[in-house]
Amino acid sequence: MAAVNNHPIISLRNVGKTFDSGTVALDGLDLDVREGEFVSLLGPSGCGKSTALRIVAGLSAPSRGAVHWAVGDDMSAERLGFVFQEPTLMPWATVAANVGLPFKLVHAKESYARERVERALERVGLSAFAQSYPRELSGGMKMRVSIARALATEPQVLLMDEPFAALDEITRFKLNNDLLALWQMLKRTVVFVTHSVFESVYLSQRIVVMTPRPGRVFTEVAINAPYPRDERFRTSAEYAALCRKVSEALSEATAEAA
Amino acid sequence: MTDRVLRIGLPIGVLALGIVVWALVVYLNRIPPFVLPGPGLVFATLVKDWSLLANSLLVTLLTTFEGFVLAAIGGIGLAVLFNQSRLAEYSFYPYAVVLQVTPVVAIAPLLLIYLPQPAAVLVCAWIVAFFPVLANTTLGLNSVDHNLLALFGLYGASRAQMLWRLKLPSALPQILTGLRIAGGLSLIGAVVAEIAAGSAGAGSGLAYRIAESGYRLNIPRMFAALLLLSVAGIAIYFALSYLTYLALRRWHESVIAREL
Repeated sequence: MAAVNNHPIISLRNVGKTFDSGTVALDGLDLDVREGEFVSLLGPSGCGKSTALRIVAGLSAPSRGAVHWAVGDDMSAERLGFVFQEPTLMPWATVAANVGLPFKLVHAKESYARERVERALERVGLSAFAQSYPRELSGGMKMRVSIARALATEPQVLLMDEPFAALDEITRFKLNNDLLALWQMLKRTVVFVTHSVFESVYLSQRIVVMTPRPGRVFTEVAINAPYPRDERFRTSAEYAALCRKVSEALSEATAEAA
Repeated sequence: MTDRVLRIGLPIGVLALGIVVWALVVYLNRIPPFVLPGPGLVFATLVKDWSLLANSLLVTLLTTFEGFVLAAIGGIGLAVLFNQSRLAEYSFYPYAVVLQVTPVVAIAPLLLIYLPQPAAVLVCAWIVAFFPVLANTTLGLNSVDHNLLALFGLYGASRAQMLWRLKLPSALPQILTGLRIAGGLSLIGAVVAEIAAGSAGAGSGLAYRIAESGYRLNIPRMFAALLLLSVAGIAIYFALSYLTYLALRRWHESVIAREL
């Protein structure tokens, strides 16, 4: 199991977000993300969990409150990897060029970039597809490329915005396992946004359940099952009980808001 | 395979049928050549007047090409400028539209007063051809995947990197569509200007030959010149389509052959 110290690497304090349309997406959101942990933000669609993630990434500015990074506020590819719901690949570029994008943009040395790209592709099992174009890949493979790109710079924090929501269940299970293996190997912090109870229980050490409209933290559920987790865990009574517990928390969170 | 044969064979069949009908109508009705020449006579004229017509064709093609290149540079350049500066877009885009919606036939005589004839013809070709490039490039630059934009921002891309590495490649299919339209329009602009200039005399392009032959009731030569113009237009279209194919074949849905 990856080391978790209690030091928060990211803290959100009383964060609120009101869109120009007047929609209050987030209100009074408090969240600490600890170094090395795998934490999920779970909530129904439209609860502002993606907005919260975008605010953490600096893609969107909070209307109220503050986001604090323990290591300073300078965003860079070494700090942060982001995986979108869609693979978000450049269709005109090969897989290798897509994964190498962060290095290209900072004019990194060619040999260094190539080595990092090769390693990242190897980690997601796509070494053989380095020279393919995204359209030649399946949905699951594109997502792997996207993850490889986010991991290529070995960022301290990996933010994932419902990355597997558009995939079929078989592919999703496979990628869940791959993601956990990578997380255990690299020991990075992962913040994972999802609307799937099953996915969040399977992956996380900690699940933050959010209320919809306005989004804020309803409760937290610790998932203490040991890693590595595999199909045995997915079919265990413990897993089923945890899913029921989280599911109930989610229903309460939704009911409270309605 | 059969689809391919039909695709190529059917238009050729229709062409052949059209020529036969045309020849028969002229022959059976004994229509005199100064009213409607038969296909044989048109072809004979094309061969007989080849040196004259070929020279004119070159003049027109050169103007078309220059107009096209300037339209490409101007259209893409303006679209990039508008994309980078909202102020520039608000200030100038309406005038680009005005230039487009004013019929070039109406502008040509004015231009001929103020500019030397070759320049006036070129400007006409440019005016007609640049707008589709501008409009399509603008569309392409504005339709970039917003997640990719966010990703580039996250990785600290500069404005220049956003443009060269993201926006322009992403807009390439639309830019090429604009260029494909511009190729044909550039020829039209050149022809319109040459016709307008025809009365001014000094012209020697293909359209000028048509006007001149018209005055002299040399109808077969009019048809021969028209035929050449039409072939030139088709050649331009196919050349640009092939360019599009070469540029996009590795990644864009529009040019990828699929098994259904």
